[in-house]
Amino acid sequence: MQRVGVFVCWCGSNIAATVDVEKVAEVLGQEPGVVFSTHYQYMCSQSGQELIQNAIREHSLTGVVVCSCSPRMHENTFRKTCEKAGLNPYMVEIANIREQCSWIHKNKEEATQKAVILGRAAIAKVHLNAPLTAGTSPVKKRALVIGGGIAGIQTALDIADAGFEVDIVEKEPTIGGKMTQIDKTFPTLDCAACILTPKMVDAAQNEKIKIYSYSEVQSVKGFVGNFRVTIKKKARYVDETKCTGCGLCTEKCPQKKVPNAFNLGLDQRRAIYIPFAQAVPKIATIDADYCTMLKTGKCGVCSKVCTAGAIDYKQTDRFIEEEYGAIVVATGFNPIKLDQYDEFAYSQSPDVVTSLEFERLMNAAGPTGGTLLRPSDGTHPKTIVFVQCVGSRCDDSKGKSYCSKICCMYTAKHAMLCREKYPDTDVYVFYIDVRTPGKNFDEFYRRAVEEYGVHYVKGMVGKVVPENGKLKVQASDLLGNRQLHIDADMVVLAAAIEPDKSARPLATMLTASMDTNDFFTEAHPKLRPVESPTAGIFLSGACQGPKDIPETVAQASAAAAKVIGLLAKDSLICNPCTAAPDELMCNGCSSCEKVCPYGAITYIDKEFRGPNRTTLVRRVAQVNPAVCQGCGACTVACPSGAMDLKGFSNKQIMAEVDAICR
Amino acid sequence: MQERLKQKALELLENGTADRILGWKIGEFFYDLTPAVFKTRQEIQEEFVYSPFAGANLSKYLIAESRKGGKVAVFLKPCDSYSFTQLLKEHRIWRENVYVVGVQCGGMCDMEKLRAKGCEGVLSVGEDGENIVVETLYGTNVFPRAELLEDRCITCKSKKVVTFDELIGEQGTELESDRFSQVAQLEAMTSQERFAFWQKELSRCIRCNACRNVCPACSCEKCVFDNPGSGVRNKAAADSFEESLFHIIRAFHVTGRCTDCGECSRVCPQNIPLHLLNRKMIKDMNELYGTYQAGADPDTKPPLTDFTLDDEEPSIVHTRGGQ
Repeated sequence: MQRVGVFVCWCGSNIAATVDVEKVAEVLGQEPGVVFSTHYQYMCSQSGQELIQNAIREHSLTGVVVCSCSPRMHENTFRKTCEKAGLNPYMVEIANIREQCSWIHKNKEEATQKAVILGRAAIAKVHLNAPLTAGTSPVKKRALVIGGGIAGIQTALDIADAGFEVDIVEKEPTIGGKMTQIDKTFPTLDCAACILTPKMVDAAQNEKIKIYSYSEVQSVKGFVGNFRVTIKKKARYVDETKCTGCGLCTEKCPQKKVPNAFNLGLDQRRAIYIPFAQAVPKIATIDADYCTMLKTGKCGVCSKVCTAGAIDYKQTDRFIEEEYGAIVVATGFNPIKLDQYDEFAYSQSPDVVTSLEFERLMNAAGPTGGTLLRPSDGTHPKTIVFVQCVGSRCDDSKGKSYCSKICCMYTAKHAMLCREKYPDTDVYVFYIDVRTPGKNFDEFYRRAVEEYGVHYVKGMVGKVVPENGKLKVQASDLLGNRQLHIDADMVVLAAAIEPDKSARPLATMLTASMDTNDFFTEAHPKLRPVESPTAGIFLSGACQGPKDIPETVAQASAAAAKVIGLLAKDSLICNPCTAAPDELMCNGCSSCEKVCPYGAITYIDKEFRGPNRTTLVRRVAQVNPAVCQGCGACTVACPSGAMDLKGFSNKQIMAEVDAICR
Repeated sequence: MQERLKQKALELLENGTADRILGWKIGEFFYDLTPAVFKTRQEIQEEFVYSPFAGANLSKYLIAESRKGGKVAVFLKPCDSYSFTQLLKEHRIWRENVYVVGVQCGGMCDMEKLRAKGCEGVLSVGEDGENIVVETLYGTNVFPRAELLEDRCITCKSKKVVTFDELIGEQGTELESDRFSQVAQLEAMTSQERFAFWQKELSRCIRCNACRNVCPACSCEKCVFDNPGSGVRNKAAADSFEESLFHIIRAFHVTGRCTDCGECSRVCPQNIPLHLLNRKMIKDMNELYGTYQAGADPDTKPPLTDFTLDDEEPSIVHTRGGQ
């Protein structure tokens, strides 16, 4: 039996107003094994901690129960307090009599009774506590960034800046991501390419950064500090070491009818291509779906014109295995498909475009050379209608329930740029609300309305009908309480954004959790926003939730800071409250392995002594304590009760239940 | 059939496919077939038996047999092959050391039903197609097999041999059986009636542990009921609560892994319909999480250790329980 000390905290009036702390201390003092029991105004204060330390020394306490706030608040504080007084930190138990008692009760008598019961359960548990010692595991000082958009680039640059090696894996032939397709950026209207491309070049030139373009993560094994990642370098049929990026092949290729993905299919490119002029790395890639040579074996024009001899039609996918200490997810977003929004006639008229397509139509490097022309007939649009929240803040199943966050601002930008470049155009913006929190954001929107004369109309567009080269827009003006009929030349839809499709399989590989919308979840929504609950996995950019560029860059640097903090350590202290199997009881059935969300459990064939000097080989579970997060899923999946959780053993939990039911 | 199996056993032993054969031999009585390992030609010729009483499921014995070195050949009936596959899924059997001969099965017979027919002085029982031929001191009797079938065989769930290296007889298919109808009857009772039913049945339990020892799903290295640390260890039935708790704990422990082979009820010396407890769990699981058959394949995740977003909420389980 332990020598237990009980410390009841008033938490000012937070607890003491609803719980008779004096009585709790007195009653718990009668519990078996309790040799000291007291109460104090603020147990977490310096003097409160000293009170605990003195009691440990004076009464030779071997276990401590603190009845106070949630263990999420001060468990660590009290563990350190006790450690300083010579007690193992895992001999401390917290009875939460604030969040789970005083704050939710009004009747003092009942609350006091409940506080006593909670304290009693903690005392029952601490009697079965065993001193635990945290182990350590080494850290591989190299980081992986998955996704080479602005988020991934910024994170990689910051990690490299701190002196650590970092690799970027990008699935497209070039890094840069969505920002390369954007024309101007809000709220300062500087050109996206002008501010992004220097960063792309920085990343390419940085000795610490290695870029795997046109590559994907194939598999992830291991755990924080020691990930083993297989990267698939997709065949681009061009030798990266030889290609000079001269672009001759992309001009001579006879296959001209390939939809240009970079311009969202608004124009066409060749089967061999470099996505855009400032691509990094500037290396040509053959599109195997369209290349005549790869499909029929007849052509070979690019090979003939290439003076560097870089074309290699026999190239195959290659697999590279690398080790990393930390992984940053920066997989970004995509606008949703608008197939289901036929009321806006997106699939009926080429003049109904998404906002990202509109960016390309306004961009000097875009299909129209920066002149805003209607895709259907190449004329200047005179009346443009912008529709906000297409698929965002949507109740029905076809859209997204969340706000895509960036649309209000980029629509204001588009509207402003139209009026700036073409003052003769009429611009309407239909909105549910205009949401512009952010530095200089509301001022930007006010300028669109007040200086640029954009018609902002509160209400949604009900219907768009293409008729005689015009788009008949029917909409409601909620403030004017009337129906509007506008003959528009173009309609621009602010499509909701969603996480990239590659995120879900990646999350499975990383055992990182996601929300129902496939955004990665953070370890704590407020206090740990750039970490995944899975140790060693960090989140950068829109993969965690909709974000604009300033926020993305801020989060990217924050993720980098967390990675640097991890990589700067030579070894990691592990959580000692991990699962451990009783090998003599383990059947080797793999139930635990299958439910472990962290991949912490493996199986080995191990020799055991059998009867009569024989040896038996049995398959038994092994828990890697560096990976185990102590969730306990395995302990309940185990059919034979062989798996148990240190610090939260089945016996301890049953003792708590028994104490509560006593 | 017995001759075909015997020949196969001899062939496998002689051509070196297997070092040992796991089959059946006569136990205390001719109708009491016991699992046995045969190592020589002579043993097979003299002792190997396969008859309408070869109900014993051999799969569980492979946990130990497959680890002894050398290769063991085994005869598995369709329902045994489900247990075998489930054990493979749990990595309990070393597959590379086992050669499986699937045996198609027409259903096993119940000695009690034969006795109920008034047969006395039975000397032997043989098969003749769909008939059972019974030799007695007083002459030969022939009964249709269907009239003598064990209850579990009347509601046979499948004639498919799930895992095998070779097959004797035709491969069968899964059957539409109304094996849950008895469970439905129990569910239709009031809770008092149901409690009385189970109290009557379970009060006969002598805690001989036969059900646990024969069950292929009950194959833990150390059973909770033998573990002093578990708090439920007890060799003999101490009181009525103890014996009823024992069977319910066991039913919970095998849920999701029980293939409904029915061995528990077959071996119960007190004729307690223990399989109904397991079937209730299977029925509930099927209704709550979609149809799942343990041992039907080596890969699918059992519903109770798997999570999908559209899983029923625990509250619905509570609601159903309150009915």
